[in-house]
Amino acid sequence: MSAELLGSVLAKAGAEGRAALIGYMPAGYPTVDGAVRAMTAMVEGGCDVIEVGLPYSDPVLDGPVIQTADDIALRGGVRIRDVIRTVGEVHERTGAPVLCMTYWNPVDRYGAERFAADLAAAGGAGCILPDLPVQESEGWRKAAEQHGLATVFVVAQSTGDERLARITAAGSGFVYAASIMGVTGTRDSVGEGARELVERTRATTDLPVCVGLGVSNAGQAAEVAGYADGVIVGTAFVRRLMDAEDLESGIAAVRALAGELAEGVRVAR
Amino acid sequence: MPSDFFVPDPEGHLPSAEGYFGAFGGQFIPEALVSAVDEVAAEYDKLKADPTFAAELEDLLVNYAGRPSALTEAPRFAEHAGGARIFLKREDLNHTGSHKINNVLGQVLLAKRMGKTRVVAETGAGQHGVATATGCALFGLECVVYMGEIDTERQALNVARMRMLGAEVIAVKTGSRTLKDAINEAFRDWVAHVDHTHYLFGTAAGPHPFPALVRDFHRVIGVEARRQILERVGRLPDAVAACVGGGSNAIGLFHAFLPDDSVRLFGFEPAGHGLETGEHAATLTKGDPGILHGSRSYVLQDEDGQIVEPYSISAGLDYPGVGPEHAYLKDVGRAEYRAVTDDAAMEALRLLSRTEGIIPAIESAHALAGALELGRELGSDGLLLVNLSGRGDKDMDTAARYFGLYEGEK
Repeated sequence: MSAELLGSVLAKAGAEGRAALIGYMPAGYPTVDGAVRAMTAMVEGGCDVIEVGLPYSDPVLDGPVIQTADDIALRGGVRIRDVIRTVGEVHERTGAPVLCMTYWNPVDRYGAERFAADLAAAGGAGCILPDLPVQESEGWRKAAEQHGLATVFVVAQSTGDERLARITAAGSGFVYAASIMGVTGTRDSVGEGARELVERTRATTDLPVCVGLGVSNAGQAAEVAGYADGVIVGTAFVRRLMDAEDLESGIAAVRALAGELAEGVRVAR
Repeated sequence: MPSDFFVPDPEGHLPSAEGYFGAFGGQFIPEALVSAVDEVAAEYDKLKADPTFAAELEDLLVNYAGRPSALTEAPRFAEHAGGARIFLKREDLNHTGSHKINNVLGQVLLAKRMGKTRVVAETGAGQHGVATATGCALFGLECVVYMGEIDTERQALNVARMRMLGAEVIAVKTGSRTLKDAINEAFRDWVAHVDHTHYLFGTAAGPHPFPALVRDFHRVIGVEARRQILERVGRLPDAVAACVGGGSNAIGLFHAFLPDDSVRLFGFEPAGHGLETGEHAATLTKGDPGILHGSRSYVLQDEDGQIVEPYSISAGLDYPGVGPEHAYLKDVGRAEYRAVTDDAAMEALRLLSRTEGIIPAIESAHALAGALELGRELGSDGLLLVNLSGRGDKDMDTAARYFGLYEGEK
């Protein structure tokens, strides 16, 4: 099962005395096949885990870069079935665990049970659903569990200890600790409160705790790797692809960034 | 004497503790907003039981906003509606020109109690934005209003009003550049500034507790109107009508009549260029259950759950979602929802202007067009109450272009 693969990949990174590197890219950006190649390059460059974004019309938790990428992907006609195919192809080409990250409405509309079944059949490891808080998640979790998928919850600095425990008890795979209060996008520095949030989260669970939002370079990756089990990078990868003159140079830039970040997560401890 | 002005749902049944109206509502929000939304819910629960708050709000509604608003009979307009009697609830006469001030004054007091120093809001037609800018000026709060770029153009007067009142107006250039995108941007702002910022949500939608809270602040519309029409006519209306975008003025009017089984409740949605053209914002008529902006309700979406860009001539109704309590009232059959085209609404706008000397907002004109239809159905014995949710000053440019009013001056 791919959820187990996710667990073993994260455990292996831990055993190597380093943090895992998790890279995000929306499916269909700039094209379905282009995104598959970019994500493959991210693994070749050093990503341990891939998050495939399901582009959404109203991405309220995303900053301008991912909004733009989602918009281009949707205008290009990307459909849910293309997203699931992307998950399958990236997993097949790289052997890495591949998660799907999406807003809840597309999954709800597709049908939670059907989505879980199709994602699992494609080799997906699980889902991150940032606008499905734990109190609304029971139906999804049942479907996910039945199909051997992990459900990764996001925790925030504003999450109180009691609620943290409730969230981590319901989650699986890993816990996504948001480094800052805000939307996706690169930042000059990783939030001061991230370390404290990781510590508070660890006190409630044995799951790995990975930090995302705002991490864009090797220095930040190294800093986060000093206290977290994984480092999640999204916007910086998308931006490399967006700023490139063509797909080939974009893929090379994405691979190079993965390499820099992979070094970052290894120097810290 | 019991106050009309702040009477939270006396039945107290809905929503449930989890924020559900039947299958609709809930809290589909990012974790980073959960504690802020919980804080709003907890503070609101305290206020509901606090007589000082009710007194403070009543003072503002009476001495600042001008409540109670008038109930005006519209006999010359009603001649075009099969002779039924039509009464208008005059929310257009409130300070700032629409019903929106009711909710804003309540939520500004709430924000002050929570110690927030900054307020963000979304606006479509600009009526909620103007009301919010007004409330923030009155209480010395920093105010940022997000407004779709298309709406800043078609409601330019309201942009100027907000800026005059000291608010920062940010034109949103993403997506359909209308109300939906303004809400997205306001949520993004709130996530990043939640420690000192209150999101003064403008319609009876969004995550729990906003649908209940916004409804409760607008219940005054129906409570007053019900009392006024009983005093004037001696009986309850056969039907009440309101326009529905997000649905705040409609739920505010409907709610006091929910227990009155003889009173039919009608919501009129924007059919834009016509339901068959796909260019409309008739969410309850043509949408399906889904999640948008924090709650489950009806939404306009494609088969992949992507939200469809809506269309209406009315910026305030140009929204692909609707409040969850309306979805519930539709599903249980207590309220009926119909759609009115741009053209029918504009005709009703002109008709009310010329028969009664009242220029309504284009939003409210949808309810008036619906009332003409209902009146003919009810016949000459019919008694109809229509919510005139706002005045049309802001729409004069759109109306002038629609009717060619500028041409005579050329």
